[in-house]
Amino acid sequence: MTATARRVVVTGLGMTTPLGGDVRSSWEAALAGTSGAASITDSWIDEIELPITFAAQAAVKAVDVLTRQETKRLDPSAQFSVIAAREAWKDAGAPEVDKVRLGSVVGTGIGGIWTLLTAYDTLRQRGARRVLPLTVPMLMANSSTAAVSLEFGAGAGAHTPVSACASGAEAIAYGLEMIRSGRADIVIAGGTEAAIHPLPIASFAAMHAMSTRNEDPQRASRPFDTQRDGFVLGEGAGMLVLEAEEHARARGARIHAELLGAGLSADAHHIAAPEPAGLGVSRAIGDALRDADTTAADVVHLNAHATSTPVGDIAEDHGLRLALGDDLEHIAVSATKSMTGHLLGAAGAVESIFTILALRDRLAPPTINVDDIDPDISVDVVRKDPRPLPAEGQLVGLNNAFGFGGHNSSLVFRSV
Amino acid sequence: MASEQEILSGLAEIVNEETGLPTDSVQADKSFTDDLDIDSLSMMTIVVNAEEKFSVRIPDEDVKNLRTVGDAVAYISQAQG
Repeated sequence: MTATARRVVVTGLGMTTPLGGDVRSSWEAALAGTSGAASITDSWIDEIELPITFAAQAAVKAVDVLTRQETKRLDPSAQFSVIAAREAWKDAGAPEVDKVRLGSVVGTGIGGIWTLLTAYDTLRQRGARRVLPLTVPMLMANSSTAAVSLEFGAGAGAHTPVSACASGAEAIAYGLEMIRSGRADIVIAGGTEAAIHPLPIASFAAMHAMSTRNEDPQRASRPFDTQRDGFVLGEGAGMLVLEAEEHARARGARIHAELLGAGLSADAHHIAAPEPAGLGVSRAIGDALRDADTTAADVVHLNAHATSTPVGDIAEDHGLRLALGDDLEHIAVSATKSMTGHLLGAAGAVESIFTILALRDRLAPPTINVDDIDPDISVDVVRKDPRPLPAEGQLVGLNNAFGFGGHNSSLVFRSV
Repeated sequence: MASEQEILSGLAEIVNEETGLPTDSVQADKSFTDDLDIDSLSMMTIVVNAEEKFSVRIPDEDVKNLRTVGDAVAYISQAQG
């Protein structure tokens, strides 16, 4: 960051997750160590035989929050993004802003897959004439961003980073740059995903990426544990209102945290497997700390990507060791996917919000299901109960998010 | 075969489902675009749903002639007959 760059703060938070329909309920459930995973009871689970029959579905269904017309015109992924964006915007005090200075950046890993596949079923079974005209605007990957842009009149730019499970974090990094570079004063940034559909489940299962612990869903997501066997598919959205500090101060906004910096890198190693030494992860973290003009010595908390896959958790540990070294001794590491499951394109946004709340409340959330920590894990994992963070001073925390394709992102937040 | 009144109320349900407009606002003299503020994508969705509901075919070239709700009711009634 250059000395003249604008500082960026977080003034609004919103989410809908497997733990709750808003930020407060999700965070309370996370601090309580609650699992959002359960057996799937939707009718399709009985119609198609799948090797995995559980997931972490949204705690509050979008259809119970939105109008009937909204649910008909928006793919479930866009429904989640609108719900979370409305909460974040309200939380920010619904700021007065010149609409051409307001941006929206919403990442998604998969996009409107329910719309796409449902429309294909309609086409095959009932013919082209029955395919609805809103199919394309609902299935396109940028539909969630467009929905948020339309809702709030965000005219400074609407962007959709697509980098699998790093998408939500990349969206925040992009929003940071939009404000720093002067393109916008406020950006609604985050991620969304609604991919609990039989096809992604079958596909992820074919990769052996998901836990098959069908008989015990709540104990299936177990990052860093010796018995981990893959991630648990989750869904939902997380949205942040990012704002130029001077803009926020001028309107007397409540500031949740400062977004100090971001680091992005690519493994360029394999389409799905992480680079085992954690080199790309380490570069993203190092770049993020430099961009934030801070050092590992200041970091007290990290919300890890930690999806509960056998190789991914180890690669991240190696990357953390490379980037943070002995400073890991004073960094409380939490893996909230143990409770939320893996929200794919929403993960980086939801977990950034958890990072901000941990710094605010000076309390690192627990990582559940770590009954027997993998001896190859070297970081200090917060297990079972929340752990107090230092009681004095501003606190610095990191959020990591990585995606298939070798995408690595790290974000740095500081409490106010 | 549905009566024109039945077609009107069926159409009103489709419009309500798509747009949220109350069914009693969907009256024969209302223009889809000027009075009900229905855009072309919503209009095509309404047409697809009406074709299904009333078992008729409404070719795209005819849709542009359906200016009012009454036009659509008459078209569907005739197509059914």
